[in-house]
This record gives sequence, structure tokens and C-alpha cells, in this order.
Amino acid sequence: MAFYRPATYQKPVVLALLLALLALPPALTAFGQEFYIGFATRVLIFALAASSLNLVLGFGGMFSLGHAAFFGAGAYAAAICMSSGIADALLAFPLAMAAAGLLALVVGAISLRTRGVYFIMITLAFAQMAYYLFVSARSWGGDDGLPLASRMMLGGFSLTSDSALFYATLGCLALVMVFFGRLADARFGRVIQAIRENETRMEALGYPVFRYRLICFALGGALAGLAGALLANLTGLASPNLLQWTQSGTLLVMVIIGGVGYLYGGVVGAVILLMLEESLVGVTEHWHIALGLLLLGVVLFAPKGVAALFGKRHD
Amino acid sequence: MIQLVLEQALNGLQFGLMLFLLAAGLTLVFGIMDCINLAHGSLYMVGAYFVAAAAQAADSFWIGLGAGVAGAAVLGLLLELSLFRQLYKRDHLSQVLATFALILIANEAVRWIWGPAALMLNPPEALSGPVEIGGFFYPAYRLVIIAFGLAVAGLLYLLVAKSRVGMWVRAGASNREMTEALGINVQGLFTAVFVFGAALCALAGGLLGPLLAVQVGMGESVLILAFVVIIIGGIGSIRGALVGSLIVGTVDTLGRALLPTLLRALLPADAAATLGPALASILIYLLMAGILFFKPQGLFPARA
Repeated sequence: MAFYRPATYQKPVVLALLLALLALPPALTAFGQEFYIGFATRVLIFALAASSLNLVLGFGGMFSLGHAAFFGAGAYAAAICMSSGIADALLAFPLAMAAAGLLALVVGAISLRTRGVYFIMITLAFAQMAYYLFVSARSWGGDDGLPLASRMMLGGFSLTSDSALFYATLGCLALVMVFFGRLADARFGRVIQAIRENETRMEALGYPVFRYRLICFALGGALAGLAGALLANLTGLASPNLLQWTQSGTLLVMVIIGGVGYLYGGVVGAVILLMLEESLVGVTEHWHIALGLLLLGVVLFAPKGVAALFGKRHD
Repeated sequence: MIQLVLEQALNGLQFGLMLFLLAAGLTLVFGIMDCINLAHGSLYMVGAYFVAAAAQAADSFWIGLGAGVAGAAVLGLLLELSLFRQLYKRDHLSQVLATFALILIANEAVRWIWGPAALMLNPPEALSGPVEIGGFFYPAYRLVIIAFGLAVAGLLYLLVAKSRVGMWVRAGASNREMTEALGINVQGLFTAVFVFGAALCALAGGLLGPLLAVQVGMGESVLILAFVVIIIGGIGSIRGALVGSLIVGTVDTLGRALLPTLLRALLPADAAATLGPALASILIYLLMAGILFFKPQGLFPARA
């Protein structure tokens, strides 16, 4: 384990993929496969959510099993904004990020006092609390969730068409990944990775370990909130199911498949998992079994994740 | 009102003892082998299905229970030998990924074999009626569950606290390397503990089957509760698991039964209707967060 360093061929590969994604909606429309624009948007949203978890888990070394709480909180914040008349994403998305980030700040401030498996379990407990609070909040739809009357506006543009939402999501993801890459290379990123490697030494060197971790945790929560707000726009619903612990588990699985602590680990994992789901559903009704077996295969035979092929961690 | 409290306290005791059956295996696997097993809830579900299927085939609840528990033990043995043995050495992330995959496989396999509808499991004829205790009626079957839970808890206590094997288990939980160095076959011990845990899961699933529905996904909610229990009790400690189970079982049951009523007396009806169920469902998580805040290692830490 050591600091993340991108492989030399990462930049051209990412730029090429970005260009290909820009051309995706017109291409899908030309072939009459508009349905897949929505699916591609979903993949990008989960890539964003998984990346936000990767910041916390891979770079910060904090094994959180409650990340879905921030994801769901962002979705609810967007839906609540919508129902109270804030229909502009330029205002609603930052609000969703602030709400999720604030929640993460509170959860982190308490959870980060514990270590190891206790941290895993206390984050899980907080996520369960959030889940049950939203399930029983009748004014926010309770079990059924809170629907959005329509999709939001982004500045002067409407996100109503699937292509518009796709481009907005792609823009968000690209911005976050650029920010993420700069962060990993900046002082903050180095410190947070050093804390992951050797907490005691960083403490002895005089770094405020708790504060660095907390900021990292809250930042991850805020970015998950952005993903949640986007998802609420895509599905038109903020559902309590988004906060279920299995959702946290799914995000974790994405990060682990993709590569923990690799810049694009979350993105790669989300793409692989959702594409696998989509293609397995067509083949067999019992695709969960196939997916489970594949995951077992990853654990046993590719323990470092797929993104390990795209970047090095110096020893 | 007192009757309601008493009845709910008994329900809480019954629920707590069943939680203990699950938590006992989980805390040992977690404590000794340092292995996060998210699929523990799936063993509970599969065990319940085994019992229900065997009971239907044999037309007897007790034969079904025995056969189901034995079947789950065999399944546990196969899982341990084929998969978990490789997972002990790995980090928590790999364990979470692998056991999450097992949940997916188990849920889908059960749906495949037994269909999506819930399975019916009837309690034995003789126990289906209520009995009178101290002025109120209580289902006989629930009393039998309580008796079963107490018996197993007592047996486990004797096994873990008084027997030689139990001493090895406790030694393994407190310091694995040292136990190995003293010549204990920890590998074999791991297998035995895992199989025992699987059997206890099936016992809990089979006993609770007539009260709850035997259905896909029944393991997930109970898994989280079992984790809450072992965190409160302290990972690796059987005594902690027992105390934690009883606390969680009682607090959860009493909270759900009494909190809405209590709040209605204190708050306006509208606020109470929203807050009551919400508070009741998060009560145990609040409790766990509170206990972790003051005792970060749980109530009875197994490692000194």
C-alpha cells in the first residue's frame, strides 16, 4: 500500500472515453436505442456515488458501511427542494450536497471516535437510523418515497430530456473526477493517504488526524449527496430504498471490484457491476446467482480490483 | 396496562433469546476468526427453509426441525471448507464482498427452489393454543421458544465457560496466535465453531418460522440486529452476546409496543403519530451508538 499515482496512459484513455461518451446520446438515438441513454445516466450516477465512497474508503481508509445514507439524503434533499419550489439545479444540487455533507459531518464526528469493525458497525447503525426516519416520515411520503413533480432546470436548460440529464450527469462526474484527481495529488490527499497507511506516525508528526479524516468523510458524503440528487432527477422519486444497507453494500462492492484507492476505482466498478447486471438479466432469470459467483471469483482471483490495471500505488 | 407490559416483556425475552442463537455463532466467527460474515443471515433464512420443507415432507414439526438443523450444519461445513477457510486470512473488504455475494446467491437460490411466495410452517398441534399464566393468556408455542432459548443459552454457557473445547474457543477469541502456539488445532476449531453457528441459525429460523413468514430476504433485517447485539455485547464474547440479545430484544419489543402510547400522552396526536414509530424503530441503534460512545469495545470486551 502506498500513494496513488496514475499510470502514464491513464489521461489519454480517459479523454478518449469522455469523447466517446459525448457522442453516446446522438449515436444511441440514431440506432433507435434511446432507452439506453437512461441506463447510461444511471451508470454515471452510480460511478459518482461509488467514487465518493472510494474517497472515504480507498483514500481515507475509513470502512464505512453507511454511505447509502448520504446518497439517499441527497435524493431527498433534491425532492424536498423541488416540492418547496426550488426547481433550479444550480441551487438545489448545492443544497443537496450541503445537506448530505452536514449529515456526514455529524455521523463522522461521532463514528470516527471508534476503530476497526466498530466503525463499520456504527456507520451502519447511523444509516439504519436514517433509513427508518425516512420510512416513517409521513410528510415525506413514508414508505412510498417523495416523488418529484418534474425534472429540474439547470440554469436556463431543462433536464427533461434524457440526453440533457445525461450531459448534466457527465459534466458533474467529469468535474468531480478532475477535483478528485487534483485532491489526491494535493497536500490534503497525501496527508489522508498517509493517515490510512500509518495513523500513529501522522499523529506523532503533529497532524490533526481526526480533523483530516472528518473532512474527508464529510466531503465523501457531500459528493454522494450530489449523486443522490441526480438519481432523484433520473427516476423522479426519492425512495427510502436508496438508504437501505444493501445499497451501501452495493456501493462497497462497486468500489472493491473497481479497485480500492485507485482514482477511477469507483467508476470502473460501477460500470462493470451495472453492465453485468444489465447483460445477465437478459440471459437468465436467476442472474443474481451468476453475479454472486462472479463476485466470489473477483474476491478469490483478482483481489486488487480491476482498476489496478490502470494505475500504480508506489511501495 | 400492566398485562400489556408483562406480555410484551415476555415477547421481548422470546425475541431476545432467538437473537442470541444468531448472535452466538456470529460473535464467535467474528471474534475468533476476525471474519465479517454478512451471510450469517442467509444461513438463518436457508435454515428456516430447510426446516419448513422437511416439516412439510415429514408432516411433523419436530422431525422437520431436527432435519433442518442437521441440513444447515452440513451446508455450514461445506461453506467453511470451500470458501470461509480462504477468507479468514483476507482483509475485511474481501470478506464483505464475498459474503455479500453469498447473500445474492442464497436469496436467488431459495427463490429458484421454493418460489417467491412465503412458505407456511405450522407450530405443533399440541402447542397451538394459549395457556394461562398469572391472569392472562399467552401462546404456548412462544413459551416453548423461551424454554428452548434458555436451554440452549445454558448449554452454551456450560460448553464455553466450563468445557475444555470452550476454553480453547475463549483462548482463540482472546489471542489466536498464542492459542496456535500452544498446540491447539485452531483450524479444526474454526470449522467446528462455524458449523455450530450454522446449526444455531437454523434452529432460530425453524423456531421463529411459525411466528414470522419464511420468505426470501428474512435474513437481512435480522442480520443487522445480530450485528447490533454483538457490538453492544463486545465481539467474541458469549456472555456479551447473551446480555446484548436480551437488551436488544426487550428494548425493541417494548419500544414498539409502548412508545407510541407513551408519546401520545406527552405530545399532540399528530406529532406522536409520526414520531412514535420512527423513534421505536431507531431505539436500538441509538442505544448502540450510545454504548459505543461510552464503551467503544462493547459491554464485555473479549480481548483484554
